[in-house]
Amino acid sequence: MNSIFEYFADIFHTVKSLLTGMKVTGRYFFSPGEIVTQQYPENRKTLKMYDRFKGEVIMPHNDHNEHRCTGCGICETACPNGTIEIIQARIDMPDGKKKRIIDKHIYHLGMCTFCGLCIKACPSDALAWGQEFEHAVFDRSKLTKTLNQPGSSIIKDIVE
Amino acid sequence: MNFSLYDFTSFNQWIDKFLYDHLPAFWAIAVEMVIIGVAILLFYALVGLFLVYAERKVCAFMQNRVGPNRVGPYGFFQTIADFIKLMLKELIYIKNADQLLFNLAPFIVIIASFMAIAAIPFAKGLHAIDFDIGVLYVIAVSSLGVVGILLAGWSSNNKYSLIGAMRSGAQIVSYELSVGLSLVTIIILAGTMQFSEIVEGQRDGWFLFKGHIPAFIAFIVFLISSTAETNRGPFDLAEAESELTAGFHTEYSGIKFAFFFLAEYMNMFIVASIAATVFLGGWMPFHVGSWTGFNHIMDFIPPFVWYIGKTFFVIWVMMWFKWTFPRLRIDQLLTLEWKYLLPINLVNILLMAFIVLMGWHF
Amino acid sequence: MKEVINLPVKNIEEEEYHINMGPQHPSTHGVLRLVVSLQGEIVKSLKPHCGYIHRGIEKMCEKDTYPQIIHLTDRMDYLSAHINNHAVCLLVENALEVEVPERVKYIRTIIDELNRIASHQLWWCSFGMDMGGLTCYFYGLRDREKILDIFEESFGSRLLHSYYTPGGLMMDIHPNFQANVKAFIKYFRKKIKDYDDLLTGNVIMQLRTKGVGILSREDAISYGVTGPSGRASGFACDVRKHHPYGVYDKVDFKEIMGTKGDTFERYMMRMNEMHESMKIIEQLIDNIPAGDYSAKMKAVIKLPAGEYYQRVEASRGELGVYCISDGNKTPYRMKFRSPNFSNLSALDHISRGVKIADLVAIGGSLDYVIPDIDR
Repeated sequence: MNSIFEYFADIFHTVKSLLTGMKVTGRYFFSPGEIVTQQYPENRKTLKMYDRFKGEVIMPHNDHNEHRCTGCGICETACPNGTIEIIQARIDMPDGKKKRIIDKHIYHLGMCTFCGLCIKACPSDALAWGQEFEHAVFDRSKLTKTLNQPGSSIIKDIVE
Repeated sequence: MNFSLYDFTSFNQWIDKFLYDHLPAFWAIAVEMVIIGVAILLFYALVGLFLVYAERKVCAFMQNRVGPNRVGPYGFFQTIADFIKLMLKELIYIKNADQLLFNLAPFIVIIASFMAIAAIPFAKGLHAIDFDIGVLYVIAVSSLGVVGILLAGWSSNNKYSLIGAMRSGAQIVSYELSVGLSLVTIIILAGTMQFSEIVEGQRDGWFLFKGHIPAFIAFIVFLISSTAETNRGPFDLAEAESELTAGFHTEYSGIKFAFFFLAEYMNMFIVASIAATVFLGGWMPFHVGSWTGFNHIMDFIPPFVWYIGKTFFVIWVMMWFKWTFPRLRIDQLLTLEWKYLLPINLVNILLMAFIVLMGWHF
Repeated sequence: MKEVINLPVKNIEEEEYHINMGPQHPSTHGVLRLVVSLQGEIVKSLKPHCGYIHRGIEKMCEKDTYPQIIHLTDRMDYLSAHINNHAVCLLVENALEVEVPERVKYIRTIIDELNRIASHQLWWCSFGMDMGGLTCYFYGLRDREKILDIFEESFGSRLLHSYYTPGGLMMDIHPNFQANVKAFIKYFRKKIKDYDDLLTGNVIMQLRTKGVGILSREDAISYGVTGPSGRASGFACDVRKHHPYGVYDKVDFKEIMGTKGDTFERYMMRMNEMHESMKIIEQLIDNIPAGDYSAKMKAVIKLPAGEYYQRVEASRGELGVYCISDGNKTPYRMKFRSPNFSNLSALDHISRGVKIADLVAIGGSLDYVIPDIDR
């Protein structure tokens, strides 16, 4: 008799547990307010990344097309993957001395692992994170970027 | 002659008469067959495409997603785009596969489901063929599909396919019993196997309510076992994605894969329409005892709409099963059938026979 | 006419049926290849083949300085990136005997636990998918998204953070961090009931997992199965409890232990650990002391020559870092003891004689992450 009772208790528990599960999915089916999908290309206008978002490494320039990079190369050594290449130039100073400045700050976005060591290592805070995240291009060479804008110069008060 | 949405008999008779008046008898029958064939084919394709869309939307809403929404309004034409893609895809030639059986299998599966549709009454008079053993015919024809699945698994020359096909064979052989026996319960109540008379017998109340306890048990058993028979929901062992990648149709591509896919959804439609016809009154509107006003409003809704509504309700329940439960294991699947469903079913038939004998049904 | 070849008659009972699960298979969660020999549906034995995603992380560490190594450890067990970082940071700090500010310890502990919850959520949804319940996948990811949003706001990335540095943190936590974490815990306490209703209590799931894939305590110890999978067998191996780091010695938490060691027990370990992690976070989140977010470190970190070993409790088990330094700014040799590799080694032992479907469930309950196995 006991086993017959168990047999029916089994069926009862089974049905109960299955209905509990169905209650969850059924509830979500009838509550469209719970939908969490973000419809990406449509929400581009309202989509704002967090201000610390690591989209790419950029070099901020001010209104006079001036940046803070001295071309010291610390970021190049801090980078674990060789993502950054610094090409320096020598210019003649008015007092006759030669001074090294940045010619090209080359950044290979395709190799970057977004670890942030270059930004942390920079002594003059020349680098920052950009919020841009739509990096897909058809040509790999477009992922190699020159961070200092053409014709830009260093802000005067930066001391090496 | 008057056409109405409520009774297609006069419409059919008008076509019949028109053809026989203008053509010799042989050609009249031939033309009738072609018309019915084309109509069913169109219906088949449309329902198949819609069901794929419906499944994707239903599962999306259950999973807090929006589902397909790119092609057309609310993604309504997504399945058509998918279908075009599948038609244009390359049919991959499988080395060492049994080519004849490999190519034959999808057609067997799809023909089995196609044949079953012929016997289903969609509305009064909208009925391709009204066998006096309609229920038996549908059970017989719909179980042909497993032959296609077994052939597909065997001829693919793939180990996953073979395991999937063998699982499917074991599954359908056992669950066929429960489907049959749960329908037998209602046949006892109805006293006939003809679909049109089964529907007619539910004019004053659906069999689900008329047969109360045993009919309700039979309905539940039918839902479970028909879900298993169509290889769906928690019983999709034949194509268990996480174990066998895609089971018996792993090696199929392009339109042949689409045939399996379509046949799966159509089988679901067929079992849902049988459930709607046998348990939920087919195209009969919902009537409550002596509420004449309410009954009159219900009568106003065309029977075809009633039929589609009930069928889609059952389909929705089956989708609900699928998107809630984890999959069973093969031994549990067989335990469920032989230890639970079959004994319950047999006792239920006795109970139903007793109730009919004593006249305790409504 | 074809020549008739007389094949030796084999006993059909003894004949085995080999199938390759992987490297591309839905249930191996990555590029793991299991050569399974079957008899019908029953698994006779299996042989894991790893190395499909070997990237030579240990060798790459030898050319990187210690702060640079951090970003490589992210990419081992990418689901518990913070905890991997923590191991290397602790190794360097202990070797240099640097005293890390209290604030850093608190933040690291909170973030480790958040990471553990996120990892277990992903495990839950992929386990549900292995069992055939696809809806689980979306519920798990929906809730994990909340943690990833917190991470993104505070340190800019969602999966591979490189947030810890030897001596402290990259930057201070975001001002919203505490409020967001508290809101998340409130949210997740509610949503975890869905998990129980949908999968834990489900009779199909219980029938499939109870008494299947039993790993005894002795075997767990001899195979080195750690983490929730080891604790399910009754092997007390929680590094947080037995060798505390961070501020685990100051918080009150239970080491979740099981007895049976079957698939269901391993499942319950992780479900309970999520509750426990939430408790740890709740104790710490309001008490983060003020202070610096990093200790003063030299510009070039050089470890004194010698051997060092540090272990932490990653979300899948004990992660060990072994380092030989010859006094340079790069290590001479780095070796990671990854929990997944040891856990995988027990798979053959516990899945003999089960069905294929159970093999998938056991694999899901061991929760292996393939990049961590291959490194």
